[in-house]
Amino acid sequence: MNKVENNKAWFLVLPMLLLVAFSAIIPLMTVVNYSVQDILGRSAFFVGSEWFVQTLNDSRLQSALMRQFAFSFTILAIQVPLGIAIALLMPKKGWQASAVLILITLPLLVPWNVVGSMWQIFTRGDIGLMGYGIRQLGYPYNITRNASDAWITIIIMDVWHWTPLIALLCYSGLRAIPEAYYQAAQIDRASKWAVFRYIQLPKLTNVLVIGVLLRFMHSFMIYAEPFVLTGGGPGSSTTFLSQTLATMAIGQQDLGPSAAFSIIYFLIILAVSYVFYVTIMNMQKDKADNISGGA
Amino acid sequence: MAEIRLRSLAHTYETDPQSPQDYAIREMEHVWHQGGAYALLGPSGCGKSTMLNIISGLLRPSDGDVIFDSRIVNDLSPQERNIAQVFQFPVIYDTMTVFDNLAFPLRNVKKPEHMVMPRVHEVADILELTHLLKRKAKNLTADEKQKVSMGRGLVRDDVSAILFDEPLTVIDPQLKWKLRRKLKQIHEQFNITMIYVTHDQLEASTFAEKIAVMYEGQIVQFGTPRELFEKPAHTFVGFFIGSPGMNFLDVEATEQGMQFGDITIPVSQKRLKVAREATSDNLKLGIRPEFIHVWDDRNSEAFEVTVKDMEDLGTYRIMTFWFGDALMKARLHEDQRIPQKKAWISFPEQWLNVYIDEFRVEVDDE
Repeated sequence: MNKVENNKAWFLVLPMLLLVAFSAIIPLMTVVNYSVQDILGRSAFFVGSEWFVQTLNDSRLQSALMRQFAFSFTILAIQVPLGIAIALLMPKKGWQASAVLILITLPLLVPWNVVGSMWQIFTRGDIGLMGYGIRQLGYPYNITRNASDAWITIIIMDVWHWTPLIALLCYSGLRAIPEAYYQAAQIDRASKWAVFRYIQLPKLTNVLVIGVLLRFMHSFMIYAEPFVLTGGGPGSSTTFLSQTLATMAIGQQDLGPSAAFSIIYFLIILAVSYVFYVTIMNMQKDKADNISGGA
Repeated sequence: MAEIRLRSLAHTYETDPQSPQDYAIREMEHVWHQGGAYALLGPSGCGKSTMLNIISGLLRPSDGDVIFDSRIVNDLSPQERNIAQVFQFPVIYDTMTVFDNLAFPLRNVKKPEHMVMPRVHEVADILELTHLLKRKAKNLTADEKQKVSMGRGLVRDDVSAILFDEPLTVIDPQLKWKLRRKLKQIHEQFNITMIYVTHDQLEASTFAEKIAVMYEGQIVQFGTPRELFEKPAHTFVGFFIGSPGMNFLDVEATEQGMQFGDITIPVSQKRLKVAREATSDNLKLGIRPEFIHVWDDRNSEAFEVTVKDMEDLGTYRIMTFWFGDALMKARLHEDQRIPQKKAWISFPEQWLNVYIDEFRVEVDDE
């Protein structure tokens, strides 16, 4: 066979390459560039890993990171089971299904800033329905003074805003299960719980992987909502990573350290997502193969 | 263990049925006796699966009753009816091992583990799944999965009946035959009522003692494979069973016999009488290709016909010929002389069937 040599074909890849370069590689490389230099006015000095060392040892960043993890895992622990439960309870067909779908989707359509503002007003002690209501019940609710009030409020706000995403994903996953599975389970005398545990949950694994990854990345980068609601306070009790970063980069113009911080931030998200993914995918593998050496 | 009786049973998927065509199952009476091995045979869309789902309780019949022994079970779930059903395509529990899949129906009713264990092994042994017991069911091949699905039905030894809905569709032919034998063995061993839905007559006749043939939502005949072959109660049975199917001639009843064009075919006086008294003019004569007598020479009883085509099928030949303006088929033995162009045939009286409105005329002297 004569193989036709035609390297001109490479030019066809060029537009895609340019697109990727502009959208991902070049911006990322700028950050890498900043992270290894000290920039003072118009002059720049190469500083190597200095900013990285400094960033990793910064106690302010360390505590923000801890808060960030605590926040992300808390909301995941609430949103995933709650989302599945809502999806299971949603009507399967008819106008009720459409109505519930629209109702459920509404929070997803509200912009982040608006969510923050809404809840800011909602939780005010003087005019906010929730804030006023709780105070009337006798609890001195105050998100600007009490750190745990602020925390709980932010978590409730995020659950309200994002549980619908998990619910929608699970709902579509549930609708994709063939009727024969439910019939077989009925014949096998399976309880409701067994149907959930052995049919629905396994069939939801794939959508849940997507849901958990999306929610983890999203929540790990949360910025506008707590910024508008609490401004990171009281003190720095609700200051999460991205807000800390923004303060550093824009407020203090510390470009080098914040670039280094950005890269570490990015790597953490990448690493955690990867571990999530690999763990869940491994759970589906055949364990007997390893034990018996592949029967 | 139970006798399953269908009383005035009918089912429709429409909310407002107008004509018989709207019914997936038209009103019928039927009894499946305890311990029988039955096949439910029919073309796609004739209502076989609907009937099965009604018996198992997955579907509630719109009219009539399903009776287990003497108990009306219309409102009982499959769990309460204690019935097993195997579906056309494998349904397995992905996350469980093969063992857990097979044990699932037993564990669901909290059977003690020391009883689950031997039973699962027994069934796995019959279905040759023992070496796979520790594997996750998700990673099996399609036919292994289907064996697991069947195993879940067989593992329960106290069921009222086991229903099979074309269970061997996804399985390759060689294994198919083996599994059918297995099912038959299991049936003989445990004496469980089994109803086997299929559209394959060979599958039906190797598995079942009695076959119910379904056509357009009705059971048109219920009998042994032999009865279906020799005395098809409905033209559809004649056409569907046997290969090639029965020959049919549209005829008119006269005093001398059955008139087909300008040919008169003699039939017994009794049957002729019934045919002549019938109000319907939908009158047919049916005879199987196997029973057409082909003579070697011209003969006073024989009709002369024109040979159109001869098919050699190894141990026998199928001759296609023109009888008047009707195309018919006859089967020739291997060692029979092969007619050229012209052939002489006759229709032995005892193998002739008369059909009025597609149903067979039954006369006592036969």
